[in-house]
Amino acid sequence: MTAYLLRRLGTSIIVLIGISIFVYLLLHAIYPSPARAVLGLRANNAQIAAWNQENGFSRPVIEQYLSYMNGLLHGNLGYSYANNQTVGSLFAERLARSIYLSGISLLLAIIIALPLGIFQAAKRNSLGDNVLTSAAFILYSMPVFALGLILIQVFAISFPLFNFEASQSTSIWTVIGDWHSMLLPVLTLTLITVALYSRYMRSSSMDVLAQDYIKVARAKGLPERLVLMRHLVRNASLPMITLIGLSLPFLLAGNLITEYLFNYQGLGLLFYDSLGKEDYPVLLAYTLIGAVFVVLGNFIADIALTVADPRIRLA
Amino acid sequence: MATGQASLPPLDVTRAPEGGEVGAVQSGWRLALREFMSNRLAVVGVAILLFFVVVCFLGPLFYHGNTLQANLIDAHDPPGAGHPVGTDVNGIDILGQLMKGGQASLEIGFFAAFVAITIGALVGAVAGLAGGIADTVLMRITDVFLSIPFLFVVLILAVRYGASVLSLSLVIGGFSWQVPARLIRGEVLTIKERDFVLAARTAGSGSWRLIGRHLLPNAFGVMIVNVTFQVADAILIVSYVGFLGFGLHYPNIDWGDMLSDGTGYLTDGYWWLIWPVLTCIVLTVMSLNFIGDALRDSLDVRLRRR
Repeated sequence: MTAYLLRRLGTSIIVLIGISIFVYLLLHAIYPSPARAVLGLRANNAQIAAWNQENGFSRPVIEQYLSYMNGLLHGNLGYSYANNQTVGSLFAERLARSIYLSGISLLLAIIIALPLGIFQAAKRNSLGDNVLTSAAFILYSMPVFALGLILIQVFAISFPLFNFEASQSTSIWTVIGDWHSMLLPVLTLTLITVALYSRYMRSSSMDVLAQDYIKVARAKGLPERLVLMRHLVRNASLPMITLIGLSLPFLLAGNLITEYLFNYQGLGLLFYDSLGKEDYPVLLAYTLIGAVFVVLGNFIADIALTVADPRIRLA
Repeated sequence: MATGQASLPPLDVTRAPEGGEVGAVQSGWRLALREFMSNRLAVVGVAILLFFVVVCFLGPLFYHGNTLQANLIDAHDPPGAGHPVGTDVNGIDILGQLMKGGQASLEIGFFAAFVAITIGALVGAVAGLAGGIADTVLMRITDVFLSIPFLFVVLILAVRYGASVLSLSLVIGGFSWQVPARLIRGEVLTIKERDFVLAARTAGSGSWRLIGRHLLPNAFGVMIVNVTFQVADAILIVSYVGFLGFGLHYPNIDWGDMLSDGTGYLTDGYWWLIWPVLTCIVLTVMSLNFIGDALRDSLDVRLRRR
């Protein structure tokens, strides 16, 4: 098992290095230097060259990459010239809000999707199962904003029960307390995630239900409820670990579309604003960190799966 | 899906197990088609998709909505005579826009999927056939691309270089070949051990001929299923790009663009700016998902869904 984890770690590190090179080179190629943005349109070429010289943008790309990575590993994410602020502090301002929105939705989605998937598998092809499967299928084919717009139309405009804009407070505690504004964005993300998770949960529960140990449990006279609780839940939840690992990037990188739709000041909206401002240091750090979390999420999911499932550990 | 569960209709194949007379044995593709057609959702999916393709590409030949000239007298007309789906802020006909936007969205969807499957097939087939160090390197590169948050990169490129049908297709396709590459590699790994590949090798086929004539055609089932989902995903991604306001520029338009324009009027009650185009996006993506699921059920027994 240790050998497996070490090998897995090695691959992850190689992939991370590959990602950093690719993303850095790509963004460097399309936007070599922020000099023009800093000095303004009237700056002449000499001034730009001087500024580049002074700020290290005239060095060879390899050198710039290495010094950027060096900074990154020391917690320096770069400097946003458009906001006149370090990228790190920009992220720090918004991190808690993104984690709250994505985290609570993920949590709710797991709480809802697990029993839902088991219910569907236990009562497969019943009316309830068919309705839920169809609903999940429709939600699954919907862009996030479509669901968000429908919820806004119904619950904020037709029946003005909730706010159609997320909480604008800078204090995370106010945001958490303001469920009147936060319900719709949370609901949007939750429903989309439930649609995805319950599909997987249903199919993995059905795999487990076909196993011999379930037959044994039933044959020895265990009530169906206990069969489900004791033998099904834990085994059928294993694939969910991987899915949750895949959701980790959303947790930390925020959710671009939902934050944009509800004007929620999280990391996703920061990315959107930076796109408009061509604020490449932010875009670079954001994309890189997003990629790192994808790799990290996969890695953590693999470890968790190894810990949770002895079949993998011993194989 | 519940209907995917439906049992196969009896096949009129008279197959004798050992020796004996063998009747008209149907080819694998016939069987697949038969199972596909027996899936009601799949047929509905094909019908919806055909409807959108026909309306978007042939519709403009018969329906000439004004999609170019601002006409402020007719601004924000609700659906009615002359404008079946109403007009937008500039008096531009929404039905005409829907057709035009649909063309762009479908073109990008199909073209991006084509790009993705081409790159994916090449990478997957080469990695699978070559094995060894080439396989490792190609698969690590695939991992790298798989981990890069692809919507972000598409957005960055779209903003920097401007969005057009061609550029969006290339960018979306260029960043979504990873899953097909993995699938096709897996297929190739199993196919290349089969006897007919050995026979072809013995007959002197080179590697490229082997890939082109033997390996990829036999992985075709996996590819066609994946392409269907790729088209759906690409249409979704384009709608995201458009929705965020970075989509095609006037006079071109895609569905996401229209939605982005329309959401500004959500509270004004101009429903015809939002819901028709939203329905188009959702129905198209859903029909492609239906088709993809059914294709997978009928072609790929191992991935059979429950």
